Amino acid sequence: MNDIIIKNITRIVIPFAQVYGIFIILNGHISPGGGFAGGAIIGTSLILYTLVFGREKGEKKFSHKMSEIAESGGIMLFISIGILGMITGGYFLTNIEAGFPTGELGSLLSGGFIPLLMIGIGIKVASTMISLFNLLIDEEK
Amino acid sequence: MDAIDLILTNINYIGALALFLIGLRIVVLHSNLIKRIMGINIMGTGVFLFFVAIGNVENGTVPIVGNDTNPVFINPLPSVFILTGIVVVVSITVYSLSLVIRIYENYHTIDQKELSKMISEENNEH
Amino acid sequence: MKKYMVDGLLIILFILFVIGIFDMPTEASLNAPAYNEVVLHYVNQGAGETNASNLIAGILADYRGFDTLGETIVLFVSVVAVGSVLRTSKHDHEVNENE
Repeated sequence: MNDIIIKNITRIVIPFAQVYGIFIILNGHISPGGGFAGGAIIGTSLILYTLVFGREKGEKKFSHKMSEIAESGGIMLFISIGILGMITGGYFLTNIEAGFPTGELGSLLSGGFIPLLMIGIGIKVASTMISLFNLLIDEEK
Repeated sequence: MDAIDLILTNINYIGALALFLIGLRIVVLHSNLIKRIMGINIMGTGVFLFFVAIGNVENGTVPIVGNDTNPVFINPLPSVFILTGIVVVVSITVYSLSLVIRIYENYHTIDQKELSKMISEENNEH
Repeated sequence: MKKYMVDGLLIILFILFVIGIFDMPTEASLNAPAYNEVVLHYVNQGAGETNASNLIAGILADYRGFDTLGETIVLFVSVVAVGSVLRTSKHDHEVNENE
């Protein structure tokens, strides 16, 4: 789009939206939200960038290779945390008995592995949204 | 009156039912393929609202453990199931929209009546 | 003509379903049939066992973490399915020629 108002307002709004999305992901175990809602917010901000500035600039910021790494990396983080639980003598995906650090109830570093799982889910959902959008608006010349 | 009392107690379920029937009317009456897919999405939203409304408790609070002593929590279990269900409905909608893109590239129309005419003419030629 | 018939049938269906809703046990209290002993265990001992304040995040990630793994696999499969429909082999041949 060649409108100057939309370009300037998008440049101001996108960093705030991404910081808000990261805040919702990291506080998944204290307040309502979690991985899926935060990942949807970050994915929507990337879609907004591709819509306003065109396909080529969006391809430079978040290329096909980086979305491949993000898609696979989210599931690999999940599975490796589960196998870590199996190595220290429990079942798949144990939380406190496998040695993940617990804190006091209500602080940021509590809950065992729950913040790590939320980060993995958030990265995966954001990468899924931007990949699906890029696939749907691709045109054959 | 007793009937108005009954309606006001079950207002969540009646709203979910209304969403479901609005989505059903869209699928039955329109012949554009993209409008039908959006109608299926609206029906899914109605079902989710019906399921989450089961877990309501009167004067209950959000299920987050704070510093209160013995509050009454609402039922957290239906919300957990619906989080997974939303993702399934979104991926089904995206897949059917991609199939509509391929149908348009092949037949150059997305109206269902013209499509069935074209497909039956193709089958009659063989 | 067809529109009015469909509208009439849907209104009859709505009234039948609402009469069915009035028979459901929909009291919003702690004696509801959906508030059984599993939910009581999650509410009373959830914060102690999982050490998370948000009970819903604790149930999603700790008690039922395997379902969440299955759901991320569903997201992955949806991207693969849309990619297999929309990226033809001619497009990939052009991309490999340009590189």
